[in-house]
Amino acid sequence: MTNVVMPQMGESIAEGTIVRWIKKVGDTIDRDEPLFEISTDKVDAEIPSPAAGVLTEIKVKEGETVPVNSVVATIGTAAEVKTASDTPPAGALPEAAVGQPEKTVKRSEWEVDDEPEKESDSQTNEDARRQKSSPLVRKIAQEHNVDLSQVQGTGLSGRVTKHDILGYIQLGKQPDQPAKKTEHPPETPAAPPAPAGPTFKPGENVRVVPMSVMRKKIAEHMVLSAHTSPHVYSVYEVNFARVSMLRDKKKADYEAGGVKLTFTAFIAKAAIDALRQFPIVNASLDGDNIVYKKDVNLGIAVALENGLIVPVIRNADEKNLLGLTRAINDLANRARSKKLNPEEVQAGTFTITNPGIFGALYGLPLINQPQVAILGVGTIEKRAIVIDDAIAIRPMCHITLGHDHRLVDGADAGRFLAFVKERLENFEEAWL
Amino acid sequence: MLNSRSLEVHWLGTVPYADGVDLQKRLVEQRKNDAIPDQLLLLEHPPVITLGVKTRDDRSHIVATPETLERERVEVFESGRGGDVTYHGPGQLVGYPIIDLRPDRCDVHRYVRDLEEVLIRAVARFDIAAKRTAGLTGIWVGDKKLAAIGVRIARWTTSHGFALNVTTKLEHFSLIVPCGIANKGVTSLAELTGRQIATAAVIPAVTDAFAAVFDRIVTSPTVQVQARTGL
Repeated sequence: MTNVVMPQMGESIAEGTIVRWIKKVGDTIDRDEPLFEISTDKVDAEIPSPAAGVLTEIKVKEGETVPVNSVVATIGTAAEVKTASDTPPAGALPEAAVGQPEKTVKRSEWEVDDEPEKESDSQTNEDARRQKSSPLVRKIAQEHNVDLSQVQGTGLSGRVTKHDILGYIQLGKQPDQPAKKTEHPPETPAAPPAPAGPTFKPGENVRVVPMSVMRKKIAEHMVLSAHTSPHVYSVYEVNFARVSMLRDKKKADYEAGGVKLTFTAFIAKAAIDALRQFPIVNASLDGDNIVYKKDVNLGIAVALENGLIVPVIRNADEKNLLGLTRAINDLANRARSKKLNPEEVQAGTFTITNPGIFGALYGLPLINQPQVAILGVGTIEKRAIVIDDAIAIRPMCHITLGHDHRLVDGADAGRFLAFVKERLENFEEAWL
Repeated sequence: MLNSRSLEVHWLGTVPYADGVDLQKRLVEQRKNDAIPDQLLLLEHPPVITLGVKTRDDRSHIVATPETLERERVEVFESGRGGDVTYHGPGQLVGYPIIDLRPDRCDVHRYVRDLEEVLIRAVARFDIAAKRTAGLTGIWVGDKKLAAIGVRIARWTTSHGFALNVTTKLEHFSLIVPCGIANKGVTSLAELTGRQIATAAVIPAVTDAFAAVFDRIVTSPTVQVQARTGL
């Protein structure tokens, strides 16, 4: 019987991922005939069989990562063929629930390479355990907020295998496992564990559709934002009579130039001026430092069929109202037709979103990280208001500032919104 | 007797992706049998999205809808190379080295780093200072990827290789999440230099750099290399 091992494909390579078995258990194979494919850092390699005979056992399944020189299969005679029944343990998670394991492994390889290996005397129990697990296992542990030192390893010299960690997570999710529960680390609100297994099973009256990449990105980003910034909201009411009048007056001129003049352009202009006035709203938090952005790069949230995207108008403060209107129209159109360049959704310093588009009075949007504030615009509709002790009918709009209270206090937000309100209610014709 | 340091370089013009894969397969077999010396194929592909081995069953990194792909005449292929999804198209210099890494270069990481070195030296001729980014294969200018790398090795004979954006239509990269890396952009020599450069005009720079890094001597081709169709 010949053991087939994970080959060392390079000096700095500590492990490899099996991406495909070319032969099945029971297949005859010649020496040097391709047996399996492995993957390391953008390189896929075909590995030939070290001996002739029959593939008797596959020990490492497709998608799994093992250190170099681990035995991945055995080659012997037909009589020695093992049935595959002893491989998949019950309760293992479907691959999809783990995220993108192979990609993770690929990136983590470098971290492994850089790890100094000689600091063994300062190692804690956890460090030791870490070294006994692959980057994939560590990634899963991190994603599920599991302390690896709590997991019983069944692999080589106590190594925590993928099955160990997945089994551990699965157990932790079952309510009738009090003994295991005590081992589970307390759930901290800062990092909720991702759902471990499918909540719905086939046969239930549901339709299960995998999330698109965009949906996943939005989900990740929103969770990050909600957990990063303590959000506080201030709401102002703005009289749009003057803006409405100016828009009606200039609309035809703009349309002659091929540009549709929208309320968004007026709001953007007012917000940009306010950002110039109150730079703390156009800032970010970096550790213990406040980073004031010298550029005003204005993001405009655009709803798409199955998601949303925030194209960014760079140096928005350098544009006049016509330039802004053109940029907003252009970016929104290209966002809807998916024709944005990658850099056109980057480097935003502040975002405007329009929850009023379907009639909502106002919205409470989440901040687009690492920004510190977001302006939500409610629906604009005619309402009865009191002006000089008389009741008047005016087009009114609620504007909301969601702000990160770590950096922007209520007073800052109030001043900012008051400024925006003042600008809009007394919009100067010369700005058009 | 083949000189182990000979390298034959071929400029094939535009080759459909499937034909390029076939051609490589044939040359890899011949190279493994020592029937031919090392080869460097340089070519362009019509617009195509290719999936690496890891993503062949997962198309989630293609952002565009099937209808958009059809409208833009972009094909989708599953390839045998390493890496995630990528895009090839006109204005991109694709290089497929079919070389034997034995006896002195049997290290997959070293091979990938060497390809990066070739590309860094080649674009330096255009006054572009590209860099490596730790953990992210390819060459980068700032946060943007200028060339991608995806390689296959069978018994130390290489195939697939690199794709350098010369005047590539960068909008087409928004059809995918390049290499599965969502938060980085792509760029091209044209964008960086502000000049339109013919794809073939980059060949001398790439060939010279390749010969220098891999210690090869470029010799006149002894093999007729032609893709099955498309020429």
